[in-house]
Amino acid sequence: MAAPANIIEKIEKAGIIGRGGAEYPAHLKWRAVRNASVTPKYVICNVSEREPGVFKDYHILAHNLPTVMTGLTLAMETVGATEGVINLNAIYEKKFKKELDTAIADASKRGFKIRIFEEAPSYIGGEETALLNAMEGKRCEPRLKPPFPTQSGLYGKPTLIHNVETLFDIALVAQGKYEGKRYFSISGAVDSIGVYHLPASLTVQKVLQQTKNEPKEEYFVQVGGGASGTVINQEQASTTMIGGTAALTVHLLAEDPRTLVLDWLKFYRAESCGKCTPCREGTYQLLKMMEESRSIPWKKMESLFDVLEQTSFCALGRSVPVPLKSYAANVLPLRT
Amino acid sequence: MIPKPAPTNGKRVTVFLNGKPCTAAEGESILDVALRNGLTIPHFCTHEDLPTDANCRTCLVEIEGEGTVVTSCTLTAKDGLRVRLDTPNVVRLRTENMELLFGDYRANSPRTRHGYWSRTAEEIERLKVSGQKYKRDDPNRPLHIMGSAAEFDPTLCIACNKCVEACQMIGISHLTLEGKGSKTRVGFNQHPKNDCIYCGQCTAHCPVEAIREQSHLEKVIDALRDPSKTVIVQTAPSVRASVGEGFGVPIGTDLTEKLATAYRKLGFNYVFDVNMGADITTMVEAEELVERLQAKWNYAEGKSKKKPIPGPMFTSCCPGWVKFVEFYHPELIPNLTTARSPQIHSGGAYKTWWAEQEGLNPKDIVVVSTMPCTSKKYESTFEHLSINGIKPVDYVLTTRELITLLKTRNIDLPSLKPSAIDRAGTYSGAGAIYGASGGVMESALRTAYYLLTGKELPGITFEPVRGFDGFKKASVKIGKRTIKLAVVAMPKNMWKLLGELKKDPDAYDYVEAMACPGGCIGGGGQPIPSTFAIVKERIRGLYNIDDRMTMRRAHENPVVQEYFEYLKKVPAAKRRALLYRTYGKKAKGE
Repeated sequence: MAAPANIIEKIEKAGIIGRGGAEYPAHLKWRAVRNASVTPKYVICNVSEREPGVFKDYHILAHNLPTVMTGLTLAMETVGATEGVINLNAIYEKKFKKELDTAIADASKRGFKIRIFEEAPSYIGGEETALLNAMEGKRCEPRLKPPFPTQSGLYGKPTLIHNVETLFDIALVAQGKYEGKRYFSISGAVDSIGVYHLPASLTVQKVLQQTKNEPKEEYFVQVGGGASGTVINQEQASTTMIGGTAALTVHLLAEDPRTLVLDWLKFYRAESCGKCTPCREGTYQLLKMMEESRSIPWKKMESLFDVLEQTSFCALGRSVPVPLKSYAANVLPLRT
Repeated sequence: MIPKPAPTNGKRVTVFLNGKPCTAAEGESILDVALRNGLTIPHFCTHEDLPTDANCRTCLVEIEGEGTVVTSCTLTAKDGLRVRLDTPNVVRLRTENMELLFGDYRANSPRTRHGYWSRTAEEIERLKVSGQKYKRDDPNRPLHIMGSAAEFDPTLCIACNKCVEACQMIGISHLTLEGKGSKTRVGFNQHPKNDCIYCGQCTAHCPVEAIREQSHLEKVIDALRDPSKTVIVQTAPSVRASVGEGFGVPIGTDLTEKLATAYRKLGFNYVFDVNMGADITTMVEAEELVERLQAKWNYAEGKSKKKPIPGPMFTSCCPGWVKFVEFYHPELIPNLTTARSPQIHSGGAYKTWWAEQEGLNPKDIVVVSTMPCTSKKYESTFEHLSINGIKPVDYVLTTRELITLLKTRNIDLPSLKPSAIDRAGTYSGAGAIYGASGGVMESALRTAYYLLTGKELPGITFEPVRGFDGFKKASVKIGKRTIKLAVVAMPKNMWKLLGELKKDPDAYDYVEAMACPGGCIGGGGQPIPSTFAIVKERIRGLYNIDDRMTMRRAHENPVVQEYFEYLKKVPAAKRRALLYRTYGKKAKGE
């Protein structure tokens, strides 16, 4: 379909926000790239998905690829991009190569130049400037902002980067089918692990109930990703709305705290890109402390939580204490 | 260090640092503003000539009102901005980050382990970092050895990326960052066609002594303790104008005579000078230049059928540049002057002519050069430069090692009384300017002009080849002929030069090439920090020395004249061995 003349206004009116987790208003990015005078421009469809408990991008590729391609080509046309790039985590690349090649060939017939970038799987690749570095063959670590990618992105050119779901939503807006729904990844101690398309405004508990996933035993939920998500208890689940990444990882209250904490720390230790001190060194020290201790050394960890939270270069480092501190505050006191 | 001057363009704004109003250019970093105003903020990953990486997270400040803590290297000045430099939270957070960076620093650093003064250890102590709180990942990773010049110690590396960027900036790109998370460290380009040239710019940009010169301190101390040895020290042109930086002396101050006293306090028996060697080099090189030019002219004018070597003559006193040619472009080896380098010339003179004069066995003489350079260590190890099996130079200390030695021995250089260097170290102003990019060429021109015309170069100085610019072009008229000159510093300009020569091999007649920014004065062995602004100040110091000298031409140096008289009497083979050298293709890592 040709891009509707007022597509940016429509996106703004529909309230489309980034579904990679940052929730940045999409229309602002579109305007910035469209109005940039530097050429060439790029549009990147990001399918970097790597956090435990988050798998909705996979689902979207498997079920809605044509709509995604519509969103991508709409974006390219509107902002005046000469090239579109689909950033695919290498695991997904193998799975969807055939379908994507066909879709890209179709788009090419319509005059859109699109290619796939196969990304070595990494959590930091979800950070858009780290992704840009990786695409340029540099170390996959975040860049200083400003400049933002909309001004200086891929190869220093104006670049519009959207998560695959955001482009999907935008295509729905253009087709007049957008209903304010989003994709929820639900995993953990539930009956039906899966991806569900539901209204964005539901509480955690409502999502679990509507998908018939609320455990019978006492439980708690990590909301926003199995690593960086905030941990809330059952009572909080009834009032908490879901922002950021719509991923619910459900745990039973009886689960062993040590295993949980170790899993989180192992993940961060493995995924820290190594750029900044608190994250590079701090995640290592936290894991070591935990491995060397029988109990959870909360007190000792505190000063590391502080530097991670307040002095990390990017959101990855800043998010390390999030699951740990919220788990300690919201769930641990309930265990007797 | 020289605080970065305020940018002259852009809107003036006032920011308040700890309540103190400070003028800044809008958009300038708060770290720069603070340092310019005499306020201290710890910082490890900033260098004014390199990109801002903001990865060490120690230059923290707190924005008043908001209470948020941010890095001052990325916080930009806007009018009315108020920040606090050391609130309890800032101090706590930055100390924690430094504890993470410097876990077990003292135990891991060979400097502190062996009881030497260490710039980094002193800084950590000043910042009240215990270094005991954390043990860093992989403490047993081995050193990476870079030729016989430098080494990388992964146990001290803070992954600040400065060495990598310095290597990129000069145009070699041998270093990279490798690994992820706590395994992130410096790595080395494995491509068979990429190699280190031992310039040591990485070591001059490392804030924590992780990538550093290979130490000759122990060997020098052993020699000084050995009563059977006569230990000579010879100072490179650049060291005298930079060693003071380790003691807070204004940059570019000439400390030749105080240094002479310091050497004697350290126990050196004789204080000579590499500048004397530079005068020898000038004589040999100027003579060869004249020969090569005449061969070219004679062939061009049909006076001779002998084909000259195509292209310009290259200087060869920079071992980094020599390695560059020998590794990257061995086909250009015939263009390198066959003259030995200054330290090798004077070292050889001391172990033959001077030893004979003094009745000393050359085997009992230890020659120590103090150098602004790491690649001079590499050069000193070459067996093929030996004379009758004796190496002209035994050990090379960088300016930084010299500072370390003085500080370890509690010798306060600036407060010493001056004393003269010993006679065999006598030098001319031509030798003194060898340290600055363009200096070797200017010195050689002063003598070549004399050799070609029998007259002295009018107006002794030759301004067009001076200055910090990395690629200078000039020409000089000698009689009816014009000699085309180029002076390049840093490999990135060498690549450009080679591009020009590929198009026109005779684009230049004589080329001076140095690996480091600004020449030896910006060398890899110089004090830290070494910035372009600092190098420019040091260069000024070198030309001041020349200006103050009455003897400004190498061929006027009486000691050198005496040495050349001596050379007339020795067998031709020995003379050749003392003055000339050969080159060969080098493999990676060689």
